[in-house]
Amino acid sequence: MNTLPRWVEILLIPLINLSLALCVAGVVIALVGEDPIRALSVMLKGAFVFSGGLGYTLYYTTNFIFTGLAVAVAFHAMLFNIGGEGQTTLGGLGVALICLALGGVLPGGVVILFAIAGAAAFGALWALIPGWLQAYRGSHIVITTIMFNFIAAGLMVWLLSGILRGGNQGSPQTNVFAEETWLPRLHEIVRGLGFDAASSPLNLSFVLALLACVGVWLLIWRTKFGYNLRALGHAPDAAASAGVAVPRMVVIAMAISGALAGCMALNEILGVQHKLVLNFSAGYGFTGIAVALMGRNHPVGIVMASLLFGALYQGGTELDFEFTSITREMVLVVQGLIILFSGALAYMITPWLIRIFAKGATRA
Amino acid sequence: MADVEGAAVPAVRLRQISKSFGAVRANDQIDLDIAPGTIHGIIGENGAGKSTLVSILYGFYTADSGTIEIDGELARIDKPADAIARGIGMVHQHFMLVPTFTVLENVMLGAEGGALLAQGAADVRAELLRLEQEHGLEVDPNALTGDLPVGLQQRVEILKALRRGARILILDEPTGVLTPAETEAMFAILRALRDSGVTILLITHKLGEVMAICDAVSVMRQGRMVGQRVPAQTSREELAELMVGRQVTLDAQPTEARPGAATLSVRDLSWRDANGAPRLRDVSLVLRAGEILGLAGVSGNGQSELLDVLAGLAPVQQGQIELAGRIIDATHPADPADMRQLGLAHVPEDRHRRALVLPFEARENAVLGYPKRLGSGPWARPTTMTEIAQPLMQGFDVRPPNPKLAARGFSGGNQQKLVLAREISAKPKVLLVGQPTRGVDIGAIEFIHAQLNAMKAEGCAILLVSVELDEIRGLSDRVAVMNAGAIVGTLDRQDATVQRLGLMMAGQAA
Amino acid sequence: MLEGAAELWIDALRIADGTVRVAVPLILCAMAGLVSERSGIVDIGLEGKLLAGAFAAAAVASLTGSPWAGLGAALGVSAAFALLHGFAIITHRGEQIISGVAVNILAAGLTVVIGIALFRQGGQTPTLMPEQRFSPINLPGVESIGAIPWIGPLYAELISGHNLLVYVAFATVLGVWWMLYRTTFGLRLRAVGESPAAIDSAGVSVPWLRYRAVLIAGLLCGIAGAYLSTAHGSAFVRDMSAGKGFIALAAMILGKWRPGLAMVACLLFGFLETITPRLQGVEIPIIGEAPTALIPVLPYVFTVILLAGFFGRAVPPRALGTAYVKEH
Repeated sequence: MNTLPRWVEILLIPLINLSLALCVAGVVIALVGEDPIRALSVMLKGAFVFSGGLGYTLYYTTNFIFTGLAVAVAFHAMLFNIGGEGQTTLGGLGVALICLALGGVLPGGVVILFAIAGAAAFGALWALIPGWLQAYRGSHIVITTIMFNFIAAGLMVWLLSGILRGGNQGSPQTNVFAEETWLPRLHEIVRGLGFDAASSPLNLSFVLALLACVGVWLLIWRTKFGYNLRALGHAPDAAASAGVAVPRMVVIAMAISGALAGCMALNEILGVQHKLVLNFSAGYGFTGIAVALMGRNHPVGIVMASLLFGALYQGGTELDFEFTSITREMVLVVQGLIILFSGALAYMITPWLIRIFAKGATRA
Repeated sequence: MADVEGAAVPAVRLRQISKSFGAVRANDQIDLDIAPGTIHGIIGENGAGKSTLVSILYGFYTADSGTIEIDGELARIDKPADAIARGIGMVHQHFMLVPTFTVLENVMLGAEGGALLAQGAADVRAELLRLEQEHGLEVDPNALTGDLPVGLQQRVEILKALRRGARILILDEPTGVLTPAETEAMFAILRALRDSGVTILLITHKLGEVMAICDAVSVMRQGRMVGQRVPAQTSREELAELMVGRQVTLDAQPTEARPGAATLSVRDLSWRDANGAPRLRDVSLVLRAGEILGLAGVSGNGQSELLDVLAGLAPVQQGQIELAGRIIDATHPADPADMRQLGLAHVPEDRHRRALVLPFEARENAVLGYPKRLGSGPWARPTTMTEIAQPLMQGFDVRPPNPKLAARGFSGGNQQKLVLAREISAKPKVLLVGQPTRGVDIGAIEFIHAQLNAMKAEGCAILLVSVELDEIRGLSDRVAVMNAGAIVGTLDRQDATVQRLGLMMAGQAA
Repeated sequence: MLEGAAELWIDALRIADGTVRVAVPLILCAMAGLVSERSGIVDIGLEGKLLAGAFAAAAVASLTGSPWAGLGAALGVSAAFALLHGFAIITHRGEQIISGVAVNILAAGLTVVIGIALFRQGGQTPTLMPEQRFSPINLPGVESIGAIPWIGPLYAELISGHNLLVYVAFATVLGVWWMLYRTTFGLRLRAVGESPAAIDSAGVSVPWLRYRAVLIAGLLCGIAGAYLSTAHGSAFVRDMSAGKGFIALAAMILGKWRPGLAMVACLLFGFLETITPRLQGVEIPIIGEAPTALIPVLPYVFTVILLAGFFGRAVPPRALGTAYVKEH
């Protein structure tokens, strides 16, 4: 049996994949006629060095943590949830309904708690239906989750151009929520403590995202439920033999996955926009796939990968200012390449490494 | 009968064929000559290397070493296309048919006779008609293959091979899925084919078939060719001896049985699979405390399905099970968790798929199916798992005794010991054991047999399913034999000779 | 009275004409997906290949001035993405869904990046001149036949006057059907999607068959892309595929992986899109104002309902989505 050392699996392979993706992206940049090294340094500065850059990076990171966790939880049960976009969208709807109904009626903190529950519940619902259809009706979850992304988008257009549209809003969006329901910005908190901090959209949902990581870790590796989930993912027949009710687990796993994706709306809607707008999911749900792949479906890995993508996104916006030929869409290219190398071509590199390390072992 | 001793050039000559899968030597320096125009049987137990050998001949695998000669000519066979070009055809154990295709389309596939189907279709139709008339291979070319009974599907496979000009036809366990009547019909076809000059290689583990139809028979055991006989000049006993091999008998020491009360009763259990095919027919048996009941039979005769139903993995459709005072039937179902609660433990036949989660650590596997061992309440604590796994692994001599090693890192024998340790430690009243020593090294076999006897001594009722007759005979106090989903009869240990069991496995009542 | 009916007839023809125009890229992509999936390969990268094809066509047409060069570029680029997909999943047995997602994201990124680098118009290509596009073709006798009442308008409005790629799309449906059910290649293609082991045992190469299927899918998506930007439209704009690849996927499923039915589903979806603006503000009894915003969602809803087995069963090719690995 050829197995690789643990550090190779969790560190070296993601790094190799990232380097490959960056190299190919570098070639694209060079072909476009710009200097790849300068582009990289601009992105790094934009992500970490410039004033507020880090705050923005972590703000993007928050989105990726939620959607990455969502993909990962489903993946542990061998379910491919590519419906993160739709689930996030529905999560936003949940937040908006709660805030519009209860904002100003109940104390802000209470509304926020309800809004969190609303985001999770609506996201869960939107994933639970495909989960149920897969478990009990045999529909393929990949196709149904894709379809549900589009259905969610259409639903949102209908609602925001119709009954949910704010009275004084020209574009399809809701009224602004009551201010006490807004999630506090972290720079305000830091300033409140007497420190200096640059303004950024980074808000309390970042802390929620980190808590979600701990929660997911506990759930997957420290509860009986998580144990059954992983058993189901690795060996459905063995799980069934062990008495796991497989269809029910599929539905629950999808619900949890959807709830996590739904919570991304906390950052965007409750933390930044303070109103429900169209297309706020903006591809974060799909990026969650890349995040989960790179992070090897482990919360620690997902935080690292989210940080990477957060930096890419924030650094990418810097490209718009510094270059005329390359823009933030370059980040999409990198992202696509990462998915390609660490996902689709995952089996291309491992045999190589196994051979290299097997040689090393025989020599040693 | 065709001339077996003839000096004619052999249709197939294998020399020194070897093939390994990882550490397993599936074929070890095999020599084989097959005279043209004969039916040549290759028999051996499961895992003896028969299928590997013919897969090499058909180009599915490439041999590590050795040579193949076809009609006296050295042949290089790297892929099925090479074999087909040499006039070799194969009927696989699992049919290689496209179920959504018509018979005609399946027969055409791979040799359509041109870029357009219409050109070839007419030819194929005509040829099907000819083959039908010549060999009695009757089948409707427009029928949807998936709707045909297995006997006819097999006929399509044979037609496929013949249509591509096969002069050497390999059949891998062709009767495993057939009813006795279908088997008879197929044998008639094979005889007709032989008489028209086709050389036939029949892979089987059924002695009766070899005696009935083969002109010559080669016996394989553990990857080696151990003998060749002419059926007319040998006996079933001799062939059985060759197949099993006296020198490697691993007979467990039979222990005294003191059977107690009935723990598990099965009454008139019948079960159909998803396709509606009956897999169990009116199975009744009683399992008493402190005894081992062996369930013998050619694999595929309902043993696996019986285990599934008893373990709660497949629902009871007809009949009932009584366990620990509870009746389980179609209206009172029980899932695997319920069955465990009632004191039933299960060591599944398919260890890798059913008994273990291979990427899981040993300690995680040591608690699979026993939620209480994971930790208190909703929690799963790795330390608790380690505390449970460590003594189990030591007690059952699982090597290496590392609870954090992934299950796939253990040898087959150690994996099985881990599974057995897990199930036995639950102190079950009933233990279902499927193929306990399949893929297990010799040292571990003895250990596992000793553990089963120890369980029996403690009053556990054990149902042992095995295709290894020696294992069944060495461990069981009584032996029930299954054939075509029904229990043919039950023998006491002293009456369960290989010969009698063999006859019963072939369907003859006790 | 008769005059009113004639007007209604013309109106119906206009809707049918619009339906056809909208349905063309869907039909081409659905056929692409169908060929790929019939060989056992899931293709959720239709969207990306369509987008990449649209960009390549408009960019090259704009640079060279020839729509034909644009079409060639679209075919090449889309095929390249298809082969990348094939390389990942056929040669390296990668996860088919992930590979498709990668294709989609790569296409979304690369089209904009390269578009900005080439034209500096925010990811758009310059608007194409008429001679840089595929222009409508008037079929013979439009003048004379068009004058005939009833049939004339049918010929002039609906049948004649489309660009070449429209006719190509419908010919493709026929071609795919013929290829699948009348040729040896089609027989093998269907077989490899159902049971790759049967193909292998029949002495035919599974990877080579699947590569060809993937390549055909790429080429068809390329034509669809060229249609979007150089025939139907007159420039590439970012994200111009706008989910059409996924709608085509839905149509293919709704059409139960059969060319004719899939085409009908595409036409149905095209019809829905065409009538949407006409339904704006229309009052429907009981429901009230027609929820036109929800009409674009219908293709997806239909597909989900079909997949759930609530009306008929859509049975995908049996080996769909799985890499072929020899067992032992």
